[in-house]
Amino acid sequence: MASSSDMGSADFESLSSTSDVELLKRAWRNEKAAPEILPYEGDLVERAKGQIELVEENIEAYVENGIDPLVVSLYQMDLDRTQFLLRSYLRVRLLKIEKFMFHSLKSEEAESRLSEQEKVFARRCADDLAKHFEESVLRKLPENYQSVLKQSLISEVDDMVPEPHLDTFVACRSKSHFTLNLYEEGESTQTEEMYRGDLYFIRYKIVKGAIESGKMDLI
Amino acid sequence: MAGQTDPHVSLFSPEEVEFMAEDELVEIVPNMNMEPLNFIAGDFGRFIPQIPIQVPLWLAVALKRRGKCTFRPPGWLSVDNLTQVLEAEREPQSKFQALPFSYVEIARLLFDHARDDIPDMYMVRSLVEDIRDVRLHKLENNLGTFLGTSAVKMENVSAMEVNLVRPFARRALEAFYKHDKPEAAADRNTRSSRQPREANDEPRRPLRQR
Repeated sequence: MASSSDMGSADFESLSSTSDVELLKRAWRNEKAAPEILPYEGDLVERAKGQIELVEENIEAYVENGIDPLVVSLYQMDLDRTQFLLRSYLRVRLLKIEKFMFHSLKSEEAESRLSEQEKVFARRCADDLAKHFEESVLRKLPENYQSVLKQSLISEVDDMVPEPHLDTFVACRSKSHFTLNLYEEGESTQTEEMYRGDLYFIRYKIVKGAIESGKMDLI
Repeated sequence: MAGQTDPHVSLFSPEEVEFMAEDELVEIVPNMNMEPLNFIAGDFGRFIPQIPIQVPLWLAVALKRRGKCTFRPPGWLSVDNLTQVLEAEREPQSKFQALPFSYVEIARLLFDHARDDIPDMYMVRSLVEDIRDVRLHKLENNLGTFLGTSAVKMENVSAMEVNLVRPFARRALEAFYKHDKPEAAADRNTRSSRQPREANDEPRRPLRQR
């Protein structure tokens, strides 16, 4: 069933015509294209799961009642498409968690982007990996070098932790008209006018805010 | 598997780009009666013979393959329009002409499943292929003109074209950015992620699938 999104911002048109599948597709696309993990769309995933289960039950009922196999197969196709989106979305996130395991557990902010199950997964992964490193290598290194997170005790930051590369260039399209500051604060304030539907290759860091607020989409 | 394409080649595989295009609405003319369909993706109304209706591309293809409808080709997919677009694209120094974002995918699916619904199909198909060639060529030339920009605007480029260019453009722009900011770059290198770098930096032209 088409249900409208409940995002706070967005113009009337998108509020009334955005189905959950559209939203899921957008979340999937953004997640795939972004170099870091984006905030978890808990509500959307729950709603999607609910609708998928409903349709699965319906299909079983249809088959029993002998409804036209054509109709059943069409519902099955729609179900398959939605399931693909949901599964791929979750898998992309898991892949990113595995890549940036220690980084996502380091700060409150990073951790808050994960769902509860993802947090459990991340912690278990990190523990396993740390244990593996310690047992196979770190115990045998001299004392100052035994930390999983730092190269040596004199390092000030956790420099053995891979971080997402936020300066990657991404292709993105703007959904509304706004101005974007092309550089970070403190540097030159060159701005660019973004009109609806414009396509750009830009550094991810600059458009991060716009993506989270829904003004731009990654392609 | 609903999983991962090799991220070093391109973020999205061609199948995934096609998947995204399959939600575009197209017009079909059903030849049978059917109750409204209440999909997760939306509700699609009563199907009545000879009454045109708009449905997503994937649904249209499914119906067509079972012989339940015919397509009404979209306005832009006509010999006249495409000839015009091709002429304009061939002008030297021209920008990209306005085409639907997913024109490659839509055209491909229609050619594969609905040849009889497109008037002058062979002509249309060869026009679309020519347009694709010219645009790809233009893209390649444009890539050579990147300088130290931090944002590159690409007007009217379609989804498949973006996907093809993405890996190269990314690395090129990143390289420019890094070299423009030497102090910041040195800092970043010590903390950069430990992904193995590819040995070969040349853009690889993917083989065209037939």
